[in-house]
Amino acid sequence: MLLQHEVSAAAHPLAGTVVEWLWLLPLLPLLGFVINGLLSLVPATVLGPGDPDMAHGADGAHGEAGHGVAVHAHETADEHGAHGDDHHPVVRHRFAWLASIVGPAVLAIAFGLAVAMFFAMRGAGGGEMHAPFVQRYFSWMPAGTFHLDAAFQLDQLSMLMVLVITGVGTLIHLFSIGYMQDDPGYPRFFAYLNLFVAFMLVLVLGANYPVLFVGWEGVGLCSYLLIGFWFSEKANADAGKKAFIVNRIGDFGLLIAMFLLFANLGTLDFVAVNENVTRLAFGGPLITTICLFMFLGCTGKSAQIPLYIWLPDAMAGPTPVSALIHAATMVTAGVYLIARSSVLFSMAPVAGLTVTVIGALTAIFAATIGLKQWDIKKVLAYSTVSQLGYMFMGVGSGAYVAGVFHLATHAFFKALLFLGSGSVIFAMHAAYHHTGSHEDAQDMRNMGGLAPYMRVTWILMWIATLAIAGVPFFAGFFSKDEILGSLFLRAHDSTLADARWLGIPGSAVLYGAYALGLAAALLTAIYMTRMMIYTFHGPNRTGEKERDHLHEAPWIMTGPLVVLGILSAVGGWLNLPAITSFLGPVGALDRWLEPVVGESALRVTNGVAPEATHSTELALVGGAVAIALLGIIIAAVRLKPARLVPKAQSPEEHGIERVLANKYYVDEAYDRVVVEPTVGLSRGVLWKGIDQGIIDNVLVNGSARLARGFSSLGSWVQSGQIGTYAWVLVIGVLAVLGAFTIR
Amino acid sequence: MREFLDSIGYDSWVLLALLVIPALAAMGIWVHGAMLGDNDARDRASGTPRQIALWAFIIEFVVSLGLWWSYDPSTAAMQATLDLTWIPSWGVRFALGIDGISLMMVLLTTFLMPLAVLGSWTSIRIKRHSYYALLLLLTTGMLGVFVARDLFLFYVMWEMMLVPMYFIIGIWGGERRIYATMKFFIYTMVGSLLMLVAIVYLGIKAGGGTGPNFAYDAVQRMAGSGGMTSLFGAMVPASFLMFFAFALAFAIKVPMFPFHTWLPDAHVEAPTAGSVILAGIMLKMGTYGFLRFALPFFPDAAMHPAIRTTFLVLGTVGVLYGALVAMVQPDFKKLVAYSSVSHLGFVMLGIFALTTQSIQGALMIMINHGISTGALFLLIGMIYERRHTRELAAYGGIARVVPLFAALLTFVSLSSIGLPGTNGFVGEFLVLLGSFQTAPYLATFATMGVIFAAAYLLWAIQRIIFNRLDRAENEHIPDLNARELALMLPLVAVILWLGIYPAPVLRRMEASAQQLVTQVSGVAPAANVASAGNP
Repeated sequence: MLLQHEVSAAAHPLAGTVVEWLWLLPLLPLLGFVINGLLSLVPATVLGPGDPDMAHGADGAHGEAGHGVAVHAHETADEHGAHGDDHHPVVRHRFAWLASIVGPAVLAIAFGLAVAMFFAMRGAGGGEMHAPFVQRYFSWMPAGTFHLDAAFQLDQLSMLMVLVITGVGTLIHLFSIGYMQDDPGYPRFFAYLNLFVAFMLVLVLGANYPVLFVGWEGVGLCSYLLIGFWFSEKANADAGKKAFIVNRIGDFGLLIAMFLLFANLGTLDFVAVNENVTRLAFGGPLITTICLFMFLGCTGKSAQIPLYIWLPDAMAGPTPVSALIHAATMVTAGVYLIARSSVLFSMAPVAGLTVTVIGALTAIFAATIGLKQWDIKKVLAYSTVSQLGYMFMGVGSGAYVAGVFHLATHAFFKALLFLGSGSVIFAMHAAYHHTGSHEDAQDMRNMGGLAPYMRVTWILMWIATLAIAGVPFFAGFFSKDEILGSLFLRAHDSTLADARWLGIPGSAVLYGAYALGLAAALLTAIYMTRMMIYTFHGPNRTGEKERDHLHEAPWIMTGPLVVLGILSAVGGWLNLPAITSFLGPVGALDRWLEPVVGESALRVTNGVAPEATHSTELALVGGAVAIALLGIIIAAVRLKPARLVPKAQSPEEHGIERVLANKYYVDEAYDRVVVEPTVGLSRGVLWKGIDQGIIDNVLVNGSARLARGFSSLGSWVQSGQIGTYAWVLVIGVLAVLGAFTIR
Repeated sequence: MREFLDSIGYDSWVLLALLVIPALAAMGIWVHGAMLGDNDARDRASGTPRQIALWAFIIEFVVSLGLWWSYDPSTAAMQATLDLTWIPSWGVRFALGIDGISLMMVLLTTFLMPLAVLGSWTSIRIKRHSYYALLLLLTTGMLGVFVARDLFLFYVMWEMMLVPMYFIIGIWGGERRIYATMKFFIYTMVGSLLMLVAIVYLGIKAGGGTGPNFAYDAVQRMAGSGGMTSLFGAMVPASFLMFFAFALAFAIKVPMFPFHTWLPDAHVEAPTAGSVILAGIMLKMGTYGFLRFALPFFPDAAMHPAIRTTFLVLGTVGVLYGALVAMVQPDFKKLVAYSSVSHLGFVMLGIFALTTQSIQGALMIMINHGISTGALFLLIGMIYERRHTRELAAYGGIARVVPLFAALLTFVSLSSIGLPGTNGFVGEFLVLLGSFQTAPYLATFATMGVIFAAAYLLWAIQRIIFNRLDRAENEHIPDLNARELALMLPLVAVILWLGIYPAPVLRRMEASAQQLVTQVSGVAPAANVASAGNP
């Protein structure tokens, strides 16, 4: 490995502290996975008979026994999902109590450990610790000049991610105890959820790209398993598969980025890459290519244009999954990757501009779709896509802290929104289940006026809505504002502003992205308010008989909501801007992350930290606040929940509304342009045409037929008829003689 | 461990023992069958042959396991060598030995064979004596191929394994077994006959006028010192012709696109163990042949830009083509067969990219493909025994009925897809990482294979275990039994072990891989990084 230099673990300020237990962080949820996984398999499984082929069974009794066994297995196995199907028998799993303890407990312990590590890191002078704490466990892939260790590292960025993952993760696990209580696949659910957290921790703790990639694909796997959790529904299984394959397209990009890095730097360790990458030409085609391929990976995992299509479908999974994986943690992995690779991206302004543009386009594009969705989870799904766009605008434009800040606050309020919607769906579902109705428990047209039935959920979801809309002093206000503000400042002076993107001056691109960001903020305020009004306000449309059965979720579900509500309200204190210095210490997160991304951020801004004048800052903030309030007012004034009718009686949409409700028909377009031609080509041309037609039929069997043809000619000639031989002999002699005579 | 092995003189007899044990056991089964007389009913009822075969293979595995410790990973030289006079007048010797490449192939073979027997346990119902005797003979042939250090001996073993497989497919196979087995036999024969001509030529040349000499080292010395003259009036260098003769035989065996169409037929018709052995071990003989003979003997031909590029392109085409065709197969076994074409395409890419990483990665895929695809075929065999169909459309939603089967199928499929943390990832990653340094564009194309791999396998398992359980005949399938579970668990363990901690395996093959790169490219492997290309 070239020029590899690292602070040896023993000399590190964190050596000998609780951080030495780093390896235990992912191991705890992994242990939970093993226990819960066994719980889910053991009671459902009855081993088959010694000779599985009953048709050939030696005796009838044997086959009969096998039959009885199979029926038993069938009954105890997962029947249907609790919320996936309205006619399911409510079967509480035999070991549900154990899974309820193990699943959340491993997370809670991991969170406690993470908090202890955080204080150890602060004690060791967190803001000044410039090298990550690296732990090498064993050599993973030694191959010639390529050395790759299974190694974890902890630095300020990883620490923040670990806290978010284990903290929010613990709350969501607790919520799931209530939400999934009647599901027959209860331990399986916790097994997958635990496994997810384990891989997510590997992702943020990995000390090199391949270890990160283990977590990266691992969380994708868990996402696949959890989206298709209620796999008896084909749509759910389809959604899971779609998520995995679309993510694989992104992973292709990340793989190519790794190969390019190794081919040019000879290493894939974060520390060594960061040290050596400055050898590459600044802004050159190589570093730009590397960053763009890496960003392709991000568009897959973090659901950005053009690979965002899997995330809305992923709502087929249980709602806690949507909260944990498809809002708070996994989908932000792309943002983490860019922050982790900030040195690379800061050297490639064109790539940075691309990230910013894609982020801005995704933010506005998804927000418009969110305006017209009726499924409460689909609104939140498009909202997530849109908010991830904001994060990419941040990290793309070199405002790494701003992007990561929004990642953290978004984890709070979006997890709250999803869990709140879960609480709503839970109530709706229970009501419909009570009367045996088959109405859609997730459609907002079937809701309305839920506020009096579920006060806690209602209040908490409003807090989250104000946070995401950007109303002052809620968490989202600070983080979104910081992103938009940094875009504005970098449009004025930065390496990005000096670069050109497809011929357009970078400065114009950044101003454009800023404008799109503002517009998306307006739309965000509108669609979120719309969701709240249609769900909780106006007249109730659930149904006469069902109405009496609507009630608030149990405390095990509302408890985590309260904690997330508090975090959504005060999360902004993580990184207060100078303008609000009266609230507390300014820029805490800036200082915390400075050792990780500070140098890169400075490289983007030409070596000077961008400082807005007080009046500019006031104008920027004032504008953003005005837009947020405007959006809320527009929605509150324009929407008439009283006019809504339940889903079953709703008329078809028309015009632009229909286009939005159908998500611009992008899925259909991809099907026509990508999926169907690929399958058709494979079946019609490659398989039937080339494989069976040309290679096998013409060439392989053709040569066999040719050989057979020759031999049958031979056998026809050798007929055994003396007379024929004689004639042939005579003709031959005459021919030869004739030939000589004529010459 | 090493001291113990030395104290029993392990290295001096182990390879011979590995060849002899299965042959002896086969004889034992034959004697037992002869004692029963020509009686089909008694043959059918007899559990003895499978017991003998199982225990012989277990002993074989235990014996071979010592190689793991006795093998010295620091050198690329042949180890555990044995050299006996065999046919002196033809210059043929019974010479055995292993290096890092052979070692892993030998262990893969001895590991898979007991599982193949367990996979045949109840599914083979006729002519059990012949079946298990043939499996044992086949094993002697396969191991012989991997350990032979004499070209003539190698050829004998190469043909020796062809015959048992011909009968295994032809007698215990599916409906179109005769067509499939004839195709398999003739296809392979065509390739190997040319190779025989080449071997005879090389042996005579290497003898240097004093009678033929088929020893591997002698042939390589001769080939390396330009001992081959030109043929056909100096138009074509002899080494190119020899390379083609070997390459054709191996390319068919791999099978490399476009020589692959015998494989889907053979797989679909073969009984479970036949498929496991075919995919798990016999396909590797093709790639092994390239690594052992075609490249080190004829580096000037193999590294000729046009030829090298042709093989790199065909490997890449195989990766994508195999995956795309696999995606649209209605028959699960055929799907896995085409996926083999895709996986082996990665191996070919890695071999001809010729960097230490890509060669080690290729070797890893050879092992991984044996494990994962073998496991897939075993699982297909298990569900086939229950429902007597391999049509994907005949299933759906059976995860609820057979949760263990579903969990294992998902896990094995993920390893075949190359999920990091499983064995599949390590091989593909190293091949692509290594190939990217010498053939960046092709490696980029080949990387797209990871997308299609996810598509074809996830789609297949969705249609089997997920979706709605909508067929009455699927509602009462019994789950795996204890035997089936016991035979899958070692595979699961190896999948995880090779995914998480492959370093001991990689270290044992590193020296051999490096030596190959040095020999063939004529430069030190360290130069690879410096000469890296950027797309």
